[in-house]
Amino acid sequence: MHELALCQALLEQVEEIARQRSARVTRVHLAVGPLSGAEPRLLAEAYGIATAGTAAENSELVIEAAAVRVRCRACGAESTASAQRLLCAECGNWQTELTGGDELLLLKVELSNNDLAVTA
Amino acid sequence: MCETCGCNVTPGNVHLAWQKVPNGTTAIDVLGRLLVANDRLAGHNRAHFGAHGVLAVNLMAAPGSGKTALLEATADALRQELRIAVLVGDLETENDARRIRARGVPALQITTGSACHLDAHMVHDALHKIELDGLDVLFIENVGNLVCPASFDLGQRRNVALLSFTEGDDKPAKYPVLFRKADLVLLTKSDLAPHMEDFDAARAERCVRDLANAAPVHALSARKGLGLEPWFEWLHEELTSIRAEVASPSVQEESRHGHGERMAR
Repeated sequence: MHELALCQALLEQVEEIARQRSARVTRVHLAVGPLSGAEPRLLAEAYGIATAGTAAENSELVIEAAAVRVRCRACGAESTASAQRLLCAECGNWQTELTGGDELLLLKVELSNNDLAVTA
Repeated sequence: MCETCGCNVTPGNVHLAWQKVPNGTTAIDVLGRLLVANDRLAGHNRAHFGAHGVLAVNLMAAPGSGKTALLEATADALRQELRIAVLVGDLETENDARRIRARGVPALQITTGSACHLDAHMVHDALHKIELDGLDVLFIENVGNLVCPASFDLGQRRNVALLSFTEGDDKPAKYPVLFRKADLVLLTKSDLAPHMEDFDAARAERCVRDLANAAPVHALSARKGLGLEPWFEWLHEELTSIRAEVASPSVQEESRHGHGERMAR
């Protein structure tokens, strides 16, 4: 369970963005792949804990699931795969290169200036 | 794809940046890695290791798979020819570091408290207490855990994953994030193989290949001193390889950045 550590790393970036613009965070968008090592459900839980008392308190976390994709080093085909079997769907070769599925990205932060006076 | 410098903002997605949304809110596109601070410091650690020609090896495995026993056997066999040091990550206790020190190898314990993994910051802090000059190999024994350590780059040159014969041979399939990143897989406690009929070494290797990982897979027993030679050879080859790179001018350039730019935590 390292999702809290991930959320803290996320918040460092998010809070800096909010601070620069004197705004409150309303929504944070992430892309999380099955091979990132982060569990979306645990991330969502940890997010609530990590954001307490920060500029992102009560903000919404939106997680986009990224698909596992591989490119075959033998036949060059690109295909989707499961996290446990990164084989080429075309020729079955195991010598593939991961082209998607290990993402752990902060995509977008939505900020609001509207209710600053209310929350201050 | 580089995910650290912002070059992953492409013409295809740049329109997302500074997109105005209703109700006076603003959406700011970031497209950056979550662990950017960790990765930056890991790069810093890596530059340190490179500048000193130190082979940094991150050992990852489940608790009780024999990480410390492997290091004890390695210290016994190689301490005359190689200068070795060990960083040991554990939630609590100094026990593992004490075991390694008893073999005449300097070991520094990093107690992580509740953290289930080492990160680049913990390793960086520990590096200030370890003399890298004259060192050949630095083993980083990660916290016994097959999930969390895989997400954090420490600045190591190589990852070694241990899987003991007393575990399930399908663990690489169950923990693909970690085993996909292994540069070497060691099947430990091979002396117990006759008693562990359910463990099929060939199946374990197949699971590693299914993760598109060509890493060598070796069976060994640290306790009985069986099959250790390929492991020692691998260490020597890796050390030779990093020394050759350090000798090349481009790497020296990269390793020169020092503590002037301290990384924010």
